[in-house]
Amino acid sequence: MSARVRAAGVVLAMCWIGAVHASSRALDASPGAPARLAETGLYAAGSSGPAAPGVRSFTPQYPLWSDGAAKSRWIYLPPGTSIDTTDPANWIFPVGTRFWKEFRFKGRKVETRFIWRAAPEQWVFASYAWNAGGTDAVLAPADGVPGAADIAPGRSHTIPGTGDCQACHGTRHPGPLGFNALQLSTDRDPQAIHGEPLAADSITLATLAAERRLSPARPEWIAAPPRIRTDNPRTRAVLGYFAANCGTCHNHNGDLTYRGPSLKHNDLGDGDAVARALLAQATTWQVPGRPDGSTRMLDAFTPDASAILVRMRSRQPSTQMPPLGTVMRDEEAIAAVTAWLGDLKR
Amino acid sequence: MKHNRKTTTVVVLGMAVFSAAMLRAVGQTGQDPAPSAQQKSARVERGAHLVKTMGCNDCHTPWKLGPRGPEPDMTRALTGHPQEMVMPPPPPAVGPWVWHGAATNTAFAGPWGVSFTKNLTPDPETGLGRWTEEMFVAAMRTGRDQGKGRPIKPPMPVQIIAALPDEDIKSIFAYLQSLAPVKNKVPETIDPEEKR
Repeated sequence: MSARVRAAGVVLAMCWIGAVHASSRALDASPGAPARLAETGLYAAGSSGPAAPGVRSFTPQYPLWSDGAAKSRWIYLPPGTSIDTTDPANWIFPVGTRFWKEFRFKGRKVETRFIWRAAPEQWVFASYAWNAGGTDAVLAPADGVPGAADIAPGRSHTIPGTGDCQACHGTRHPGPLGFNALQLSTDRDPQAIHGEPLAADSITLATLAAERRLSPARPEWIAAPPRIRTDNPRTRAVLGYFAANCGTCHNHNGDLTYRGPSLKHNDLGDGDAVARALLAQATTWQVPGRPDGSTRMLDAFTPDASAILVRMRSRQPSTQMPPLGTVMRDEEAIAAVTAWLGDLKR
Repeated sequence: MKHNRKTTTVVVLGMAVFSAAMLRAVGQTGQDPAPSAQQKSARVERGAHLVKTMGCNDCHTPWKLGPRGPEPDMTRALTGHPQEMVMPPPPPAVGPWVWHGAATNTAFAGPWGVSFTKNLTPDPETGLGRWTEEMFVAAMRTGRDQGKGRPIKPPMPVQIIAALPDEDIKSIFAYLQSLAPVKNKVPETIDPEEKR
């Protein structure tokens, strides 16, 4: 295939993708997202930092892989409100709650994502693109911004469109993904993959409990902070990684037709049981080149037949996992899962 | 009279609590209340019309050569690429011929790799039998499998279906779910440069 023909083909595919995005733009607009980040309440009036009063930082113990971006996260809970923790798996945030996540590549602020429960039945999802000087950020187009930052040769970061925001955040239980009991537990995993130190001003489960921000209060989370129980520290770290990177979709909430073990944060209490279930689970998706029906989610004796590992290694659009939000393989996580499979042989 | 007033109060309060519970459920899950039998029937009828007129059979029903030329084989309606038809590697792209289609119009090769049309019947293992209406609507809106997964590849005209109102997309789903399930395992899509 000549370079010209290949280029024409790519243009054709891009046109198709563009048409899809243009269409979803009309339907997925986020009414109510302010035009500038400075208007969302993140910063004190008239500034681009530090955070406004009432805006608190938090640091999930198992970060989502975002192609190596450095990230900062904040939450604002309206005064006098609390988070409904009746269902520990799906916290309900009070109207007025706002979340922000700032992404930096090579030290430069690139985008800040914004999630806002604007009304009882309205969540606003938006992203703000920073200018080159890092002095101001404006609302990104609803179909996203490809090429927002070069992150590796031939690879660039895309600011997601609202369709992709909603693909992860928006259906049955709209809201944030990294703000839950496991992620905010005070029993933090010292081997968490890409784990970040807990800043002194970061809120935790203990902070939320002390400030009476949980309803019901859940004293059991203070007496015995949530953790993935196992004697193998690698099991804990890898399952924590899966909670952040896979469990949002691969659970039993009914978001997908998925039938494997739930990887949602609140379903990982018995880490060894989850590991055994992953080893036993056949998958619909088959590893290319292997006999039909032989693929398992994890295969300790034949790692290359492990769907999870093969899909983590891929960055082909139909194969890669997670399927969106990343264009770079997470080599540290791949190494950790590979080493963990060695443990599971024993 | 006193008794009636008390009864009325209880009924009104009960309705208020029920309505509040329904609103809360809808608000938290994004799901609509279940449609009535009449709504279901109307949706199936509307969905049948949309499927017929929007060209779903053009690709999701394998084509055959009939007495008047190529035509969709309606004995296999909406079952997707036939599982017994194992496709050889696609021919190389030459000049302006950058994509190719199978004789059945159910497999396509191009810069996006190779795509096979899905079995849209409600077979639980090989079709849409385990899909929910919510997944179907999300898939059409986001252009992603089940609304969350891999991108749905060309030539599926997601952009056209995404322009429909929710009610029409739900109608299409209702019609597809009303079909008899047919077991037909369609191959996985193939990314460019991947050898299988």
